[in-house]
Amino acid sequence: MSRLVIASIGPASSVQDGGRHGAQRYGLTVSGAMDRLSLAAANTLVGNEPFAAVVEVGPFGAAFTARDGAVRVAISGAPRNADVAGSAVAMDASVTLKDGETLTLGFARGGAFTYLAIEGGIKGEPVFGSLAVNARAGLGSPYPRPLQAGDEFTVDAASGAAELRIELPKPSSGPIRVLLGPQDDEFDEANKALFLSSEWKISATSDRMGYRLEGPAIKHLHGHNIVSDGTVNGSIQVPGNGAPIALMMDRGTSGGYPKIATVITADIGRLAQTSAGTAFRFSAVSMAVAQDEAKKFAQLIRNLPDRLRSAETVALNIEALSDANVAGYAVSAVDAGTWQVAAEP
Amino acid sequence: MAVTLPLPRLLPSGDSAVTVEFSRTIDDDANQRVLALDKALAASPIDGITECVPTYRSLLVHYDPGKIGFDALGEKLLVLASQPLPPATKTRRWRIPVAYGGEHGIDLEDVAKALNTTPDDIVARHVAGDYKVAMIGFTPGWSYLSGLDKSLHMSRRQNPRLLTPAGTISIGGIQAGIQCLAAPSGWHLLGRTPVRTYQLHRNPTFLTEPGDRVTFFAIDHKTFEEQDRAAEAGEIIAEQVVA
Repeated sequence: MSRLVIASIGPASSVQDGGRHGAQRYGLTVSGAMDRLSLAAANTLVGNEPFAAVVEVGPFGAAFTARDGAVRVAISGAPRNADVAGSAVAMDASVTLKDGETLTLGFARGGAFTYLAIEGGIKGEPVFGSLAVNARAGLGSPYPRPLQAGDEFTVDAASGAAELRIELPKPSSGPIRVLLGPQDDEFDEANKALFLSSEWKISATSDRMGYRLEGPAIKHLHGHNIVSDGTVNGSIQVPGNGAPIALMMDRGTSGGYPKIATVITADIGRLAQTSAGTAFRFSAVSMAVAQDEAKKFAQLIRNLPDRLRSAETVALNIEALSDANVAGYAVSAVDAGTWQVAAEP
Repeated sequence: MAVTLPLPRLLPSGDSAVTVEFSRTIDDDANQRVLALDKALAASPIDGITECVPTYRSLLVHYDPGKIGFDALGEKLLVLASQPLPPATKTRRWRIPVAYGGEHGIDLEDVAKALNTTPDDIVARHVAGDYKVAMIGFTPGWSYLSGLDKSLHMSRRQNPRLLTPAGTISIGGIQAGIQCLAAPSGWHLLGRTPVRTYQLHRNPTFLTEPGDRVTFFAIDHKTFEEQDRAAEAGEIIAEQVVA
């Protein structure tokens, strides 16, 4: 066994996984990673199950030190500068920390959450099948609270496997897609149109429970009090002041404000990774499109192992090479044996 | 002749959940139908449904769109929801001890004043009630009760409190509640119970289920302290009656 010790870490960082399902009927919050694709990508890189527990690193920096042996980790999600002993570490790639080495992560450059998966996973005592931290209910393991410097994980010794990277599809920069409802009939056409046509920004007061949206006030038809009913990840509720809140992973299981729309499953991670202050829009899609996208998203996660590549071929992105006009002399960009030619102009 | 029940509305809650709405208001008949549909789905599960969350007036059904689409699921739910309600079966009843007033129920006197009566009378009316767990939500174990005496209906506080104690027994609007964890609340705090409706390492973790019946009885503050310690050690404290 090795240990991974947190040398430093910013706020809003916690252990997260696929979430705590099955007890919403008792008021138990689901929690889980804000960006499931990045969670799954980081886990896939180190051979874990896609929704295994990882460290969800908030927008600020962090540093992790291997102790009592080597530790193999991978990072995916919000891009940031990362290095081990002065050499840069790529996003969407695995890296093995030798005993005593420290992986340092800088601030998120765009987005908010970066996922650090550890080979063999995080060990803890699951509650309702999950290690995810829900600080309000005091749940989560091994630490039922946000992480802090000095916390450590007992982890598997690094396998020594060759390092991998993962080729993820380029994230869309289009609008965040929503399905109207369940209470869109609590709003008139003009206010629904205002919601869909306006530019929105995520307020700096947002957290894992909800993203507050800054933009025009959305008015209700019959006031803002409805009888509480169930919520889902991505429910966009409109409280009395007209400023919508997108409910995120630490949402309460029920709520009493009208919900104008719901972010589609495939786009929730993209909303989660939208930085505070960045302008974006919503667009409404049909149920058929939303469910088709949800299926594609689930398939993308299932098939992530097909997207793994040897880390050594990282320079062999043909488009990037030809864009940069450095591969012009190579006989074959994918056959390393021919590179010598290019290296001797 | 078979009585046909009005069909609920199917409201999409995103691509992976549907709200089966029986009423827009708090309505005991609607809540009965919610709980009946929830039971029917537990008894004969539909492939693709991952989780059901009953509330006062609707059942939120989470599902995997990779296994069943909105239209196919909706049809099945409407068939189940239009079945006549099953005959009433045995329900569980919980008798819950409450230490009323004083430090445990800081709003008791104000509620009495607002309703032009005495604190003892408020306690008598609250204890006389026959309540039903209509839903559990907001925080773990927070049981929303229907059946509050009409004379105790009063609007919520203008200024919700940011923190109210674990075990708070309160009323708000036309509802009564059992709160398990410390949480914000805009309701009127009448007392506290030592009973934990949610306790992580106890079996069962969750005491109350939607549909359970609840009655309260008064205990003195000394008994509260004793029972609170026992409850902390994992005792259930609440008395269960099956009727």
